[in-house]
Amino acid sequence: MTSTPIVRLENVRKQYGKVVSLKNVTLEIGANEIVGLIGDNGAGKSTLIKVLTGVEQPSSGTIYVRGQKIDAASYSVKEAHKLKIETVYQDSSLGEKQPLWRNFFVGRPLTNRFGFIDVKAEKRIANEIMRSTIGFRGVGIDVDTPVSRLSGGERQGVAIGRAMHFDSDLIVLDEPTVALALKEVNKVLDFIRSIKAGGRSCIYIEHNIHHVHEVCDRLVVLDRGEIALDAPTASLTYTELTDFLMSLHKPAVAAAN
Amino acid sequence: MSAGAHVTPTRSNPVASFFKIEGTATALVFVVLIVVFMLTAPRAFLGYRVYMSFMASVPPPLIIALGLTLVATAGEMDLSFPSVIAFASYVFAFLFQQYDMTWLALIAALATGTVMGFVNGLVVTKLGIPSMIATLAMMFLWGGLVTVVSNGVTVAIPDIDGTLIQAIMVGRIGGIVPAQMLWAIALSILVWHLLNRHRFGENILFIGDSLKVAKVVGIQIDREKIKLFTLMGFLSALAGVFLTVETTTYFNQQGQGYLLTVIAAVFIGGTSIFGGSGKIVGTVFASLIVAVIEAGLVASGVQGFWTRVFIGLVFIISVVMNTAIEDPDKVPLIKSVRSRLRQ
Repeated sequence: MTSTPIVRLENVRKQYGKVVSLKNVTLEIGANEIVGLIGDNGAGKSTLIKVLTGVEQPSSGTIYVRGQKIDAASYSVKEAHKLKIETVYQDSSLGEKQPLWRNFFVGRPLTNRFGFIDVKAEKRIANEIMRSTIGFRGVGIDVDTPVSRLSGGERQGVAIGRAMHFDSDLIVLDEPTVALALKEVNKVLDFIRSIKAGGRSCIYIEHNIHHVHEVCDRLVVLDRGEIALDAPTASLTYTELTDFLMSLHKPAVAAAN
Repeated sequence: MSAGAHVTPTRSNPVASFFKIEGTATALVFVVLIVVFMLTAPRAFLGYRVYMSFMASVPPPLIIALGLTLVATAGEMDLSFPSVIAFASYVFAFLFQQYDMTWLALIAALATGTVMGFVNGLVVTKLGIPSMIATLAMMFLWGGLVTVVSNGVTVAIPDIDGTLIQAIMVGRIGGIVPAQMLWAIALSILVWHLLNRHRFGENILFIGDSLKVAKVVGIQIDREKIKLFTLMGFLSALAGVFLTVETTTYFNQQGQGYLLTVIAAVFIGGTSIFGGSGKIVGTVFASLIVAVIEAGLVASGVQGFWTRVFIGLVFIISVVMNTAIEDPDKVPLIKSVRSRLRQ
């Protein structure tokens, strides 16, 4: 069980019209591994995640999940969910006007044979997740509260709680700490540690290099659609990492001049 | 309908939580209008006949408004329904007149509308034209087509009186209550459950809320939109047949008069003009409101042209009220007044 990676991308390329977002990316995420994904805006992080989670189809290349080749044309978010891959987006995975209970189950509601939703069961489970997993024992927040009334941290909590409930093997966190207060950031970091403790894997995308260096097993740096670095965190100190990232900028600046 | 059963124990006052229950604001406006008209036109509004006539005439626009509520909830619009009504009405009237078909004519009419709705859905999703414009074009296209097919003639079907289909669809129960009202209520309950308790409704809510979110949670947006426009076509056709059987006539302009009042009813009822939220109960009462305003003003001795002015007024007030109930800060005037009060 040790050797098969959960996900393997092989020579993946993604192009939007003439713009090449990903050139020939090969990347593996192993079992029970926390991988930090670093890169500037426009380096291709979001595109990589979209391809990995079935939101966008790659222009070319292959995706393997647990060693099995995935048919790129039919790979979708639903398919990714079935393969136990979950994504927590920084801001855009919750319906603002919809109540919390719908947001927990949207896309895969608990329904009977005719497609009617078991609202009672969904509300009960949503309530349990909120109380136990996320630790909302909040004033004024319950399962009927619309997302628009939640703070940034609370929203992140809902999205993370949803990923945990669906018992995924790989959780992708897309800049989960953007717009969060310091106390709430620590909660998110604790959650990432609990992913590791629970034997699951995680891809953690983050701007704050300090956080990445603190919780990740391995670091992957993307630069202009290519992997510039792929190394165990232990092999680099925090200073070495920042120096490396700075060095990526130099040629670009020189070229611009 | 136990939508509001799970009352939030928040800091909100009882008045606010009363208005949080679906459709209460619209129902209140309806009751106020009825009371006003009882005072200004007591001869008409204190008798039962005027209400019987509402129950006969409101169901067709109400049935369309139910479908349009779903469309608006998804953040879309359908302007082609008058032509779909005309087409389905013609198919029904023609088959009845020429071949004595009754139930088969109904099925053919419904199938026609369903196919037209499906085509509308394809044009919106596969050609990527915003639905407001796409369905405007389809209104011309379907409307022109039915005129060509029918040669623009009127089809009278007086023989439908006394048939089983007429008794079941628009008969008078106990000699008084128009059956179409019961059908419309049953359909309202069904569509309420479709929107609020079915996965299709949930998908529509999220599509209207944010396309981006709908995409990342795995909703197949195009497929759901095609289903939505197909259902809208079906309901428009059904409304057309109810109208034709009640009036025993098809004429070329059938359904044209509903365009603006049905759209008005949907938004007066509290469905969000921004998508992501739809109120079936509100739509039901708002359809009644629009009909009552027309009849009430005339019965009160106001000249007929004033009805549009009045509907416009109620429209503006309702949309502002509904937006304010959703979020007071979305109305700039209320927002600035509130911020000035705080200072």
